[in-house]
Amino acid sequence: MRVRSNEYRTRSREIVRREPEVREAVTGATLAFDEMRRRGYAKVEADRWRRWAEAVKNHLLTHLDDYLAEAEAKLSASGAQVHWAADARQAREIVIGIAADASVRSVVKGKSMATEEIDLNPALEAAGIETCETDLGEYILQLLDEPPSHILGPAIHKSLAQVRRLFSDRLGTPADGHPDALARAARRVLRKAFLRADMGITGANFVVAETGTVALIENEGNIRLATSLPRVHVVLAGIEKLLPRMSDLAGFLQLTARAGTGQPTGCFVTLVQGPATRRADAEGAGNVRDDGPEEVHIVFLDNGRSAVLEHEHAWETLRCVRCGACLNACPVYRQTGGHAYGWVYSGPIGSVLDPGLLGLEEAMPLPFASSLCGACYDACPVRIPIPELLVRWREEAQERGLTPISERAALSVLAGAATRPGVFRLAGKAGARLGGGTVAKALPMLREWTRDRAAPRPSPRTFRELWRDGIE
Amino acid sequence: MNVALFATCLADHYFAEAAADAVRLLRHLGCRVAFPEDQTCCGQPAYNAGRRREAARMASHAIDVFQGAEAVVLPSGSCAAMVKKFYAQIAGERAGEAGDLASRTWELGEFLVRRLGVTRLGRGLAGRRVAVHQGCHALRELRLETEPETLLTGAGAIVAPWEAGDECCGFGGLFSVKMTDVSAAMADRKLDTLPDVDWLVSGDGGCLLQLEGRSRARGLGVECVHLATALWRGVRDGDGVSEGKEDARS
Repeated sequence: MRVRSNEYRTRSREIVRREPEVREAVTGATLAFDEMRRRGYAKVEADRWRRWAEAVKNHLLTHLDDYLAEAEAKLSASGAQVHWAADARQAREIVIGIAADASVRSVVKGKSMATEEIDLNPALEAAGIETCETDLGEYILQLLDEPPSHILGPAIHKSLAQVRRLFSDRLGTPADGHPDALARAARRVLRKAFLRADMGITGANFVVAETGTVALIENEGNIRLATSLPRVHVVLAGIEKLLPRMSDLAGFLQLTARAGTGQPTGCFVTLVQGPATRRADAEGAGNVRDDGPEEVHIVFLDNGRSAVLEHEHAWETLRCVRCGACLNACPVYRQTGGHAYGWVYSGPIGSVLDPGLLGLEEAMPLPFASSLCGACYDACPVRIPIPELLVRWREEAQERGLTPISERAALSVLAGAATRPGVFRLAGKAGARLGGGTVAKALPMLREWTRDRAAPRPSPRTFRELWRDGIE
Repeated sequence: MNVALFATCLADHYFAEAAADAVRLLRHLGCRVAFPEDQTCCGQPAYNAGRRREAARMASHAIDVFQGAEAVVLPSGSCAAMVKKFYAQIAGERAGEAGDLASRTWELGEFLVRRLGVTRLGRGLAGRRVAVHQGCHALRELRLETEPETLLTGAGAIVAPWEAGDECCGFGGLFSVKMTDVSAAMADRKLDTLPDVDWLVSGDGGCLLQLEGRSRARGLGVECVHLATALWRGVRDGDGVSEGKEDARS
């Protein structure tokens, strides 16, 4: 998808002002998710789990080349074919190539942010391959031709009323259809797509290097079908999705589910261990194939991740397990949903990950789209210090002159005055007292503030004056 | 106990009476209060904006100003967090001194509860219904989860549960100017869920400016009161009896 992060201010304004239903839907859903996450964490020693998970991922990231080599060897040994994609274009070409080689005409997809990142769907369609999203939320968005707005709940910004209208128009369900009936209608369409599909494309929650196992968590069963029914399965996985050992997986499956939805684990956990094997039948003759795809391909995607790994601070974002907990916890995200952020990864993690993957210029002003309240850090299962990283990106933006010059000048003046107490006293008093008056309306910053808020009322006398006169 | 008050910019200019109430409160509890007049800004606006070097200069200035103070108390969780959590990270070669200052620095409510052990404050707020807005830095950087409620209850107030009590008000300094629409929407979420109370109380002036400014713009008339002022009213209008584990006079 085209990166539109630079438009954050105008898009967030439009959503807040003109699309109250988005704010209402997102606020309701994220508050519910966040509450479930809190309960899910409260039932275990969440802080110890989080510290453990942080340590495992840090170990992985500091030995990533070794584990990638191990994963490739183990995946290949189990019959899976491993591909390496340096960027989005290469990744698309690899997937299209696999599809062409296997004469694929129809694809079913499990929800995958990585495929959104590389714009896979338009490329498949352009190659004449029918592509069907099978996650219910993704299916809704495919009908609407919209990108996902949340890592976990892609259609989180849609109200039930909107989905009712959509399904009534497109699938012929009653205008007041019960959510169960709507889901059944979608399922009728999707089942046919599953049975027709030559290829299933999914992401990966984890890839275990030790065993070459791809692990997928879900609640709808569509990923289970997408990985087992079609004759070809393609996994698109960021290189940071590895886990060193199978024993790590047990912990990460539980922690990720608790962080995302508060569940002890996903309703379905699918472990992919290469393609179906052929074996002799009971009579010792013939060739029987076990259930499952004939071909399994893993495409490891870099697309900026190696550069992020080299970054002094941003490398910590590569611990992310895409659970969406920080989005659910974020009061800023809650007002607009994900589309305002202008790219695949939105909310707190997007605001620190996107500058790394896209480049800071492309991602501006996302590092500033936060009040630094810290709720994201408390929610994050791998303890990514998001507020600290936001500040680091802001520093880089300041150093590289990517912020308005008036703002940089104002901060320089503040800092200059703050080490000269006499100047600071005078300037402070003048500044505060101008704040409420007509002069203030000429200052861009205060004009912004007072558009939605009454002007602050300065104290009749400063505290310094009260102190000098004596406080009774 | 000798307390040096770090009044903060916002309190100096917008909540001067609240800072004065903090002085009255501390004196009532037996502290000798000083106000080092060379104090300026804690540096948080610069730090949050990404001006680390400037913030470090301001931190260095504060380290000089408050050298030797027995306890430094701020009527702001946000500025207190700056001193206690972030100075050591940005102070460079003065990190040791920054750590020392951090160990002597307290947010007002934190100081009253954790250092002085206050459990009762005159009961002058008896029957008054209040809701507490937890400033994000007080809550998540300093982990002051119960302190304001303990003190307000100790002053006799009835603290109403508030669904959005621990959510950000949307101030965030520069954030409220740069992303003003989202910021105002965040304030609305707070105001729209506010229970029926006499006062909305917070220990942070920035949050109060935001919530009060938005409330007035919408004509809601919510009375926003700084924690220091609320607590002093508890003492002033009460029976004069306050209790804590430690006599601050010692």
